[in-house]
Amino acid sequence: MSVLVLAEHNDGALSPATLATVTAASQLGGDVHVLVAGGSDGVAAEAAKIAGVAMVLHAGDASLANQLPENVAPLVVDLMAGYDAFLAASTSTGKNVAPRVAALLDVMQVSDIMSVEGPKTFTRPIYAGNAIATVESSDAKLVMTVRTTAFENAAADGGSAAIEAVSGGADAGLSSFVGLEATKSERPELTSARVIVSGGRALKDAATFEQLITPLADKLGAAIGASRAAVDAGYISNDHQVGQTGKIVAPELYIALGISGAIQHLAGMKDSKVIVAINKDPDCPIFQIADYGLVADIFTAVPELTEKL
Amino acid sequence: MKILVPVKRVIDYNLKPRIKADGSGVDLANVKMSMNPFDEIAVEEAIRLKEKGVATEIIAVSIGPAKAQETLRTALAMGADRAILVEAEDVEPLAVAKILKAIVDEEQPGLVVMGKQAIDDDSNQTGQMLAALWGRGQGTFASNVAVDGDHVSVTREVDGGLETVKLPLPAVVTTDLRLNEPRYASLPNIMKAKSKPLATKTPADYGVDVAQRITTLKVAEPPVRQKGEMVASVDDLVAKLKAKGVVA
Repeated sequence: MSVLVLAEHNDGALSPATLATVTAASQLGGDVHVLVAGGSDGVAAEAAKIAGVAMVLHAGDASLANQLPENVAPLVVDLMAGYDAFLAASTSTGKNVAPRVAALLDVMQVSDIMSVEGPKTFTRPIYAGNAIATVESSDAKLVMTVRTTAFENAAADGGSAAIEAVSGGADAGLSSFVGLEATKSERPELTSARVIVSGGRALKDAATFEQLITPLADKLGAAIGASRAAVDAGYISNDHQVGQTGKIVAPELYIALGISGAIQHLAGMKDSKVIVAINKDPDCPIFQIADYGLVADIFTAVPELTEKL
Repeated sequence: MKILVPVKRVIDYNLKPRIKADGSGVDLANVKMSMNPFDEIAVEEAIRLKEKGVATEIIAVSIGPAKAQETLRTALAMGADRAILVEAEDVEPLAVAKILKAIVDEEQPGLVVMGKQAIDDDSNQTGQMLAALWGRGQGTFASNVAVDGDHVSVTREVDGGLETVKLPLPAVVTTDLRLNEPRYASLPNIMKAKSKPLATKTPADYGVDVAQRITTLKVAEPPVRQKGEMVASVDDLVAKLKAKGVVA
C-alpha cells in the first residue's frame, strides 16, 4: 500500500489539517507521500518535516497556485498510477478536489472517514452524524477525505523526507481564480482551537454578539463559533458556522451560549471533550449532551462568567 | 440556455433518523421524505436565472425510487419546466454522476445547478464527479452565482472566507445554504405542476451500471455522551471547569 496525501496549505503555510490526514494515511500501512500542489518551497519543507512522511512531491506549476480542482485533479490522477490510495482532508479544498480525482479514476470516494478499520474498511458519519456507517470499498484504488478532528495530528517535526519536484500541472482552461475575500482573524483557527466559544440566535444582533462573546473568547484564548441561526441572522460571517453544513470541530472545551442544539449544529461539535451550555430554556436539546449545563439568561451569565474566569 | 437541476428525495431534515435494530441501515419506512434542502436552493437559483432571462428552460432530474416523482413534482411546482425520473434504488454518487453525464449529453444544458451534498449520505461528491466526467469547470459551495455572457462567476464559501472563480459555460455549480431562500410552491402552481411533462427512464436507458462499489457492513448509533450535570450558578460552573482542568 502506498498512499498519496494532498497537502492543505494557503499563503505559504501548511495547515494542521494535513497532519491529521497523514495520521489517517499512516494507519493504512505502507509509504506515505505528500503532494504539495501550488505551494511555496517553504510549504514543501514544512511537509518534509512531518513525522511518518516518506517523500514530498512538490508541484510548483503556476496553474496550481490557487489549487483549482480543474488543474489539480489531472495532476493527481497522473501521479496515482504509482499509488494505491489518495487522501485529502475534509476541508473546502479537499472536498472540492477529491471527488474530481475519484471520478477521473472511476472509483467511488469514501467521504469524511472517522476511523480505519481494515485495509479497505472505514467508518464514516451519515445523516448529520446521527448514524455511523462501517463501509468497505471494492475499488482497486482508494480515494478518501478525512475528518481531521477524528485523527490525532502527526508530529510536525521529526521527519526528514526527501523533496522531489514534480513537473506536472497545466491550465485546463476550465476555470480561473478571481479573488479571495479572507476573513481576518487573530484568533486561533476554529477547527484546530483548544477552546471554542459559540453563540446562537439568542444573541440578538451583531453588536450584542461581539460584545458578549468576544471578551469571553479573549479571556480563554478561544476561537469564536456560531450556530447557523446566528450566521443567517447576520451576527457573524459564515466561516464561523459550526455544524453539518459548516465546520466540524472537536475542541477540549466547547461553550455554547444561547444555542438550542438542533441536530445540524450538534453534528459539528458533539465530539468536543467538554461541552458547556448556557441557555434559559431548561428543555433545549443542547442540555442532553452538555457536560455542564446552566439554565440562566446569557446576558447576565456570560459577563459574570467572563469576569470570574 | 437550458439549466439542468438534479434533485434528491431524502428524509426530512427535521427528523432524527432511527437506526434499524439489525444495524443494516436507517429505517425509512413510514418516514416523512422531502426534497434535499440544498437541492431546493438549486431549483430556486435556476428559477431566478430564468426570471432574469438567462435561462430558457429548467429540467429537473431525480435518480431514485418511483416515489421520487413527488420530489420532481415539487420542483415543477416551484417553477421547473419538465422533469426526468431515472428509477433506481440506492445509487452511489459516481453512478448518479454517470447518469447525469448521459442526460447532459442528450439535453446539452448551459449550466447544471445542484446541491452541495445530500443530507442522508453526506457525501458531497456528485457535482464534482459530474464536472470531472463532463470535462467542465466546477463552482462548488456557491453563495453567489452571476452568469455573464459565456461565463459564470461563482462566489464560493471556503474555510477562510469567500473565494470567487470564473468558469466558462457550460459548467457545474453546487449550492451552499446562503445562496438564496427557496420559495414555497403555491397551490395553483402545485395543480399546474401535475400536468407538466415527466419522463420516466432507467439507468439501462443510459447504459450506466449502478452496481455499488461501497458495501455498508453496519450502521450504528454514534457513541452516546454521558449525561452531564446541571449547575446552579456561574460560580458553580467556574469551580467545575477548574476542577476538570479545562480552564486555568
